[in-house]
Amino acid sequence: MSAHDPKTPVPTPADDVQSGDAVHPGHPVTVDRYTVAARINHWITAVSLVLLALSGLALFTPRLFFLTGLFGGGQMTRILHPWIGVVLFCSFALLFVRFWRANLPKRVDAEWLAHSSDLLAGREEKMPEVGKYNAGQKFVFWSMSALILVLITSGIVMWDQYFYPYTTIEQKRIAILVHSATAIFAICVWIVHVYAAIWVKGTFSAMTRGNVTGGWAWRHHRKWLRELVGKPGSAPTGRGTHTPAE
Amino acid sequence: MFPPIPNPSVDPAAATPRFGEKDIMRRSASTVEPPAQRLTEVAKLIDVTKCIGCKACQAACLEWNQLTEEVGINHGVYDNPMDLTENTFTLMRFTEWVNPETENLEWLIRKDGCMHCEDPGCLKACPSPGAIVQYSNGIVDFQHENCIGCGYCIKGCPFNIPRISKVDHTAYKCTLCSDRVAVGQGPACQKACPTQAIVFGTKEEMKGWADFRIKDLKSRGFENAGLYDPQGVGGTHVMYVLHHADQPSIYANLPDNPRISPIVETWKGITKYMGMALMGVAAAAGVLHYLVAGPNKVTEEDEENAEKLAGAADLPPPAGPAGSEGRPT
Ligand code: HEM
Ligand code: SF4
Ligand code: SF4
Repeated sequence: MSAHDPKTPVPTPADDVQSGDAVHPGHPVTVDRYTVAARINHWITAVSLVLLALSGLALFTPRLFFLTGLFGGGQMTRILHPWIGVVLFCSFALLFVRFWRANLPKRVDAEWLAHSSDLLAGREEKMPEVGKYNAGQKFVFWSMSALILVLITSGIVMWDQYFYPYTTIEQKRIAILVHSATAIFAICVWIVHVYAAIWVKGTFSAMTRGNVTGGWAWRHHRKWLRELVGKPGSAPTGRGTHTPAE
Repeated sequence: MFPPIPNPSVDPAAATPRFGEKDIMRRSASTVEPPAQRLTEVAKLIDVTKCIGCKACQAACLEWNQLTEEVGINHGVYDNPMDLTENTFTLMRFTEWVNPETENLEWLIRKDGCMHCEDPGCLKACPSPGAIVQYSNGIVDFQHENCIGCGYCIKGCPFNIPRISKVDHTAYKCTLCSDRVAVGQGPACQKACPTQAIVFGTKEEMKGWADFRIKDLKSRGFENAGLYDPQGVGGTHVMYVLHHADQPSIYANLPDNPRISPIVETWKGITKYMGMALMGVAAAAGVLHYLVAGPNKVTEEDEENAEKLAGAADLPPPAGPAGSEGRPT
């Protein structure tokens, strides 16, 4: 990730510029943010998380038991939920490998957080310039990573069809309490994540078409944009020979 | 001797069930209007002090419920199978216990199975509406067509009773022969017991009979003889007479003070309310913020700044028309 051309004026080590990120001058400027593979990976994760939340909530409270209808009844919901969990875990693990480096905490994150009320109040000009991810996005990333790890671990302990003999009933009780509480937090983090994407206009195209406008990058991730502009090989012709080493 | 329950009348009118849907007092994952009048509570009394370990009850249970247990292997003890299964609703558990006071070896034989708790943890834990019901006579019954096989009942039960079938993936346990009781019969195990170690009747009758038995035992030197009707689960509709009622756990780990686990109570209680509230607040906060603050839009100025920045950079001249959409994927 640190293969910078020494001649390029990059203010700080740009380890949140990821392979595939590139600026295309034009009107408007477009900025590549996610590769096709990253987007497919993201949507598999997203769909499985939503299906897990729906099938899990169906068992969580009788008022939502009707959601089992979406999965072909109670027995099918019980069968499918853990398997979708396995899909989520694998898919998220790949996403983790893709994104973790760009989500490493930086000094600017503390400053960004200190100004988060300005952000929510719409005074974005007061925010510090951030790289590919701001502290909020990093929070979503790391908390989802931790929550999913807890969910798969507790989920396997509760998965009686295959794992019943390996734990005691007391351990299973703890697992189910942990699993349901963790699931609630995961759903809340998911709500924050989706809300951010809805609130910040111009974000969705990052995960649909893979790019955002220059204005979006300027407004929300200016440091990342600066790094990209300074990075050679961002010409429309492609990444050229300077793809950062992974 | 406890008066035996008479054989059923052959009159077809006698075959109409004495309790059913209308007598359901609790139903899993549902709120039910409790029946205006509660049926007389029934109970099965298992007098451990009279049991000879013949397993007639265990066999009768399989037979009445048309179940077949796998042919197992001998583990060197009398217990067979080694644990309750989806077919073995009742199991004789044998314990060799040395009484520290007398140095005598006592052979404790306990008939394990569902206790038909007044406050059933299985029912509390069950997420599927109507998979577990409790009739007002105290019988806790599983209704297989509603069961989803999740095994939550196993986690809810303080006695480790329900088992999930590997065949139809639904939960099984002793029904207290609800089908027999409905037509005025006692459970099959009770009927088969040659020593009247198992008796069945109303809960009051059973407590009375237990008193009589306990007095008898005390008069013979079992000063700690007593009734096991644990109040932690509101009492049970299967009760034991124990010679050592002060230490139930010597009887193959019969819980000393059974109660629904606090972990289960937390999971089924506050977690549900707090969870729903938390998710609701998160969603509501989003909607509210959007209404108050409005969308966060990219301005013309932002785009111009980006264009300036991108243009200013020392880039190789763009190949092809400016703004070409050719982008690496
Ligand atoms: C990651 C792997 C996961 C595994 C292996 C797993 C496994 C399980 C299992 C075995 C159950 C019991 C019901 C059943 O057998 O279907 C369950 C329940 C549940 N799961 Fe998961 N799960 C996972 C992920 C998730 C996720 C990501 C969520 C939510 C976003 C979730 C939410 C729930 C909820 C709410 C319940 C019901 C708990 C209750 O009844 O109180 N699970 N899960
Ligand atoms: S296995 Fe069946 S009876 Fe047991 S909790 Fe699940 S749905 Fe209810
Ligand atoms: S002993 Fe277990 S299975 Fe039987 S009623 Fe009580 S909680 Fe339910």
